[in-house]
Amino acid sequence: MKRFIPLALVAGAIFAVLLVGSLKRQTGRSDQVQDLKRAYARKHVPSVDHKKFAVLQKKFASAHDVTPVCISCHTERHKEVMASTHWNWSREVYLPGRGIRTIGKKNLLNNFCIGVSSNLQGCSKCHAGYEYVDNGFDFTDARNVDCLVCHDNSGTYTKTTAGMPSPNVDLNFVSQRVGLPQRANCGTCHFFGGGGNNVKHGDLEQALMSTSRDVDVHMGTDGSDLDCVACHTGKNHKMLGKMYSVSSMNRDRSTCEQCHGATPHADSLLNEHTVKLACQTCHIPVYAKVNETKMAWDWSTAGKLRDGKPYEVEDADGNPTYASIKGNFIWRKNVRPEYIFFNGTADHYLVGDTVQTGVPVRMNTLHGSYDDPNSKIIPVKIHRAKQIYDPINKILIQPKLSGGKKGDGAFWQDFDWNTSAAAGMKSVGLPYSGQYAFIDTVMYWPVNHMVATKEKTVACVECHAKHNSRLAGLDGFYMPGRDRNSAIEWLGSLALLGALAGALLHAAARIVMSWRRRAA
Amino acid sequence: MSANRIYVYKAFGRFWHWTQAILILFLALTGFEVHGSYQFLGYRQAVLYHSTAAVALLALIAFAIFWHFTTGEWRQYLPTRQMLRAQVDYYLIGIFHDAPHPTKKTPLSKLNPLQKLVYLALKIMAIPVMVLSGLFYMFFRYPQSNGIGTLNLGHLERIALVHTAGAFFLVSFVIAHVYLITTGRTPVSNLKAMITGYEDLEDEHEEVAVAAAIEEHA
Repeated sequence: MKRFIPLALVAGAIFAVLLVGSLKRQTGRSDQVQDLKRAYARKHVPSVDHKKFAVLQKKFASAHDVTPVCISCHTERHKEVMASTHWNWSREVYLPGRGIRTIGKKNLLNNFCIGVSSNLQGCSKCHAGYEYVDNGFDFTDARNVDCLVCHDNSGTYTKTTAGMPSPNVDLNFVSQRVGLPQRANCGTCHFFGGGGNNVKHGDLEQALMSTSRDVDVHMGTDGSDLDCVACHTGKNHKMLGKMYSVSSMNRDRSTCEQCHGATPHADSLLNEHTVKLACQTCHIPVYAKVNETKMAWDWSTAGKLRDGKPYEVEDADGNPTYASIKGNFIWRKNVRPEYIFFNGTADHYLVGDTVQTGVPVRMNTLHGSYDDPNSKIIPVKIHRAKQIYDPINKILIQPKLSGGKKGDGAFWQDFDWNTSAAAGMKSVGLPYSGQYAFIDTVMYWPVNHMVATKEKTVACVECHAKHNSRLAGLDGFYMPGRDRNSAIEWLGSLALLGALAGALLHAAARIVMSWRRRAA
Repeated sequence: MSANRIYVYKAFGRFWHWTQAILILFLALTGFEVHGSYQFLGYRQAVLYHSTAAVALLALIAFAIFWHFTTGEWRQYLPTRQMLRAQVDYYLIGIFHDAPHPTKKTPLSKLNPLQKLVYLALKIMAIPVMVLSGLFYMFFRYPQSNGIGTLNLGHLERIALVHTAGAFFLVSFVIAHVYLITTGRTPVSNLKAMITGYEDLEDEHEEVAVAAAIEEHA
């Protein structure tokens, strides 16, 4: 029996290996999430009741009269707002290779409704101010600050053209019911940018007004039920959070790490991944989970009319696939993001930049690479479009789309690209050659919301795979499971097969020879 | 032909051999899953098991090195050119004609010249390459500006390719090795010996015959 002791030891050792390997490396890290849940379960209780203020009982003639009343108590707050991007629609940034520029929504182009210049009548509906209708707007006049759009807690405040409140808004009712911004305050602009629900971001849409953990683990009303401002905290009206459609620098970002820390996993193998992966990469497997988002926009087909009138064609989900005023669209739901390296800095197409034909124009360029220690892989929505440009001057065209009277050049009224381009380019002070064409453009939208529950995070093998890896398009590094060297694969397989074939042939020869000997 | 039962493989030697065999097969199974060759245990489990088995193998190797040096067993692997040619000829020619084994297995010399050479190469080349590349793989850290001060190697590629090439080699070796154990006195006698420690070795008459055969060959 003694001779079998080694075998018993072998069995014991293997068992030990399996046991240790299968142990879940669980530690007390879930405490952290419990602490966060406890902290954020406390709901904010306002310290004042605005209904009791006499100054808010007096009938307001105009929205411009509300702001001074707010300022009469909150004496310095308007200055903070007037220093913010919600007000200025631009900020001073340093762009590598370009120097210091003042850029933002005010003067940047995108590949949705292209740009605000010459279109402010409509666009300023989402300005935190009143009557920002042209370049003559007075950014120093505090009476233009719209406090209510962000602080209305009654849910009755809506804005219309020129950024003025709709005529049916009861300003007294609203001003007596102000408080911390709620989802609707942010969502009314950030969910509907680009002319409809979920058009731009894909991960920010009206479904988040009231949703489940399954759609967004933070905002689910069946879970932590966080409002936007829980993460996008504001100090002196400077809100944390960037969207690199208009932002450029790696500062004032709202991050997962601000609550969860840089290495929140119990498993060190997963924590190691955080060196090169943003949290979002694994924790947002798909976006546009509830409603479709716009993936592509072809402006070149815009302007077709039926009986001299614009029309729309809708798909089965009720999304327009064609609109005379805008062209053709492609909508998608439950979209798997694309992935890029990103270091938190971005460049933009600035009006007047020369475009190259043959490659899509990047409306924004997110910098980053594997070799850059500040870069991490992030998920992005890439919106692809065909938009109007000037083939002679080789610059993108800022068209005038809306506002003014018929004949003023607004494409949505006149359906004439020539007059639209002329009016738009005049507003930005750039030449228009009189010729227009359409050019492919791309725009990168980092995906940060619709974080999945733990169970639905991206599995290892969705990236570490030879075929259809989520990270298939990223190069400059070796990733186990995805990458291989074809020479080693080929020689290795040859060695395996050679050993096998050699053994079989040798064995066959031995058997045959043994038969022969016996027969002899 | 009378048989002579001799205790060739000592207890620790057998424990070491079989544990190593199973660990290497298990490492190959999990390793090639990590490599993306197939899906079996699940990627995450494969990685965890592979790392755990690697640590176990390292521990085993540490004990084996100690054992080899304290018992003098390391001398078994000293290469020799004596009878090397005869051993090669045996596998290529003699074995098909039922020729006797050119060398005799004894507790002091349990390996034939070809085995000495191959196992020595395994011990000083293949295993160290796998252990070192494996350790680099395990402790590889991505380059960080101010991060963990471990091995900032920049790229995993070279490490991984060496480790993969070594894996192909080791599995090829195992295939050949498993086949060659059937070339003993009977197809299963080597296997039995490695399990029980005892082997029925050729008696002295045969030894004389072997010596004669060698002389004739020379």
